[in-house]
Amino acid sequence: MPQEGYGPEPVATGAAGPVRLDDPWYDALASGWGELDGTGAPTPAAASPRRRPEDRTAAAEIYLEVQRSEAFREVRRRYRRFVVPAVAVFFTWYVVYVVTATSAPGLMARPVAGAVNVAMLSGLGQFLTTFLFTWAYARHARLRRDRAALELRWDTQELTRTVRGGER
Amino acid sequence: MLALLLFSAFVAVTLGITTWVSRDRHGSAEEFYVGGRLFSPMENGFAIAGDYMSAASFLGISGLIALYGYDGLLYSVGFLVAWLVVLFLVAELVRNCGRFTLADVVAARMRERPVRIAAGTSSVTVSVLYLVAQMVGAGSLVALLLGGTSGAARNWAVIGVGALMVIYVSLGGMRATTWIQIVKAVLLMGGTVALTALVLVRFHGDFDQLLRTAAERSGHGDDFLAPGLKYGGDWTARFDFISLGLALVLGTAGLPHILSRFYTVPTARAARRSVVWSIGLIGGFYLMTIVLGFGAAALVGSDAVRRSNPAGNTAVPLLALDLGGGSGSTGGTVLFAVVAAIAFATILAVVAGITLASSASVAHDLYASLRRRRAKPHSEVAVARAAAVGIGVVAIALGLLARDLNVAFLVGLAFAVAASANLPVLLYSLFWRGFTTRGAVWSVYGGLVPALVLVVLSPVVSGSPASLFPDLDFQYFPLENPGLVSIPLGFLAGWLGAVTSPEPPDEARHAETEVRALTGAGAV
Repeated sequence: MPQEGYGPEPVATGAAGPVRLDDPWYDALASGWGELDGTGAPTPAAASPRRRPEDRTAAAEIYLEVQRSEAFREVRRRYRRFVVPAVAVFFTWYVVYVVTATSAPGLMARPVAGAVNVAMLSGLGQFLTTFLFTWAYARHARLRRDRAALELRWDTQELTRTVRGGER
Repeated sequence: MLALLLFSAFVAVTLGITTWVSRDRHGSAEEFYVGGRLFSPMENGFAIAGDYMSAASFLGISGLIALYGYDGLLYSVGFLVAWLVVLFLVAELVRNCGRFTLADVVAARMRERPVRIAAGTSSVTVSVLYLVAQMVGAGSLVALLLGGTSGAARNWAVIGVGALMVIYVSLGGMRATTWIQIVKAVLLMGGTVALTALVLVRFHGDFDQLLRTAAERSGHGDDFLAPGLKYGGDWTARFDFISLGLALVLGTAGLPHILSRFYTVPTARAARRSVVWSIGLIGGFYLMTIVLGFGAAALVGSDAVRRSNPAGNTAVPLLALDLGGGSGSTGGTVLFAVVAAIAFATILAVVAGITLASSASVAHDLYASLRRRRAKPHSEVAVARAAAVGIGVVAIALGLLARDLNVAFLVGLAFAVAASANLPVLLYSLFWRGFTTRGAVWSVYGGLVPALVLVVLSPVVSGSPASLFPDLDFQYFPLENPGLVSIPLGFLAGWLGAVTSPEPPDEARHAETEVRALTGAGAV
């Protein structure tokens, strides 16, 4: 299962990177994501609650590896592609609203229908857009990100667990 | 007094909850700070709403609308839109990276000690400012209920609220605090829905008619429905409002008691769903305060509100009295008492949440970093309980000292400090690869110190008849809210610190933070 979560070149990128090739853990990783069984990693003392330094480097390598993997970059891309424009839009819309309300009250006072004027409409519009953004974000995250993120989570935890010698 | 009776019932019920949930507590940090992380998204959504909607919102905003019309509404827009920052950039990622506090997220990437001390200090500062605001609110509420402004009653109210919150927090921890907030959120929403329905029934569901009547009875005519009555004066007032608007929208995501709520659910997905719940509740609530504010202007009249309390804080109680049938009638008395009791419950729930978050900062961040290495370590939870008592005492003392300060101003100030000191460091740690320990420390102090200094130099403290020390004049900064200057300074200081650091950013730990934040790997 872990194998499927990753893109075309899960490990090769890292192997070419600045990693010491004599690192025994690294050999184990190079044999494939799903086959790690911890044999290559130093086993921590069972009673020690703290990670030993070498485990720490090994765990850090895993996170770097996952960060470079295509699957993670896809999750990050999806997150950013939604969040960056959304933040830009709602923040600009809010700042424009506040600045207009303070610097151009005449425009805001223009009546639209009955007692309802531009100010009232744009104020209620802020409420409406907030609700819409919330709905869109929750939907996007549920449909486009949650599953991929969960798979990555289990794969990463599987790898770190093995490296730490089944500490958890 | 019916109000006191209802309020005593609320206190009895919440104390019952506190003893009930603490009957088989294990005394672990997990239990005390985050209630075992086992709340459902809906429960946590109600608790977040209960944590966020303070008496300043319930009484303050509708009062501002009743007095100044549209300008009061600008507040509620800021308070709500802020939640998009929380939802998009903070909630899930913080849930994935941290354990109990804001400092956890930052310290995961940096040298732990300096970062924890910095983030812990700013969190405690924000919490204490926010606590003082609520304490002052409690004092004025009592003065209002007992008629007259008897100083002794006010002081006893502050002391009573402080004592209760210490009991809730130190005995019940997060679990009791959460249930109190849920009960309060339900009461507050129920009360607001009932009042809103009564106002709308009075106008036969005609919102247009409500606005017209409000504009007519306010004495301002159509100006009442457009911005400018409160913040329309000179350019100082306008910049002050823009500053406040920025602080409101960016401050929420840096409030320690809001951040700690995300740790009480099991996963990031649950954190997201609880924010969606709370946005629904908070948005609905602020929409209803608009109706209540204009309703108070239309039914009670702005002048009557102003006569009762110049800041407008009594608009909703007066409206309730009117809706129930006017003063002297049974319905009026009952509704008035219900509203007063809800306002009390609101204050209690909010202060309990803040006290818990700040005691977590003291014990988990400051004590753990500052205690002498040789000294025998106390259990963190014991320290947190003691810290809750200490913070309670400090907040009571400051609440008594600051009792004449405006509640809305104090809340705005807490938001400004949170936005200047906490938000930049949080966003940089989560999103910027090149961020370093020096950047983190500079960004916290670079936001915190200017925010506090600018307030001391502002017209709030000296130089005008309404300030804290009217006889002195060391006012060099024209704005009451420092946000417009101090928030950019916080971001700038963080950037400067990071690019001038002698040490390179730690790639591996950035990778760990980023992977954990977006996937939840290794989250507790």
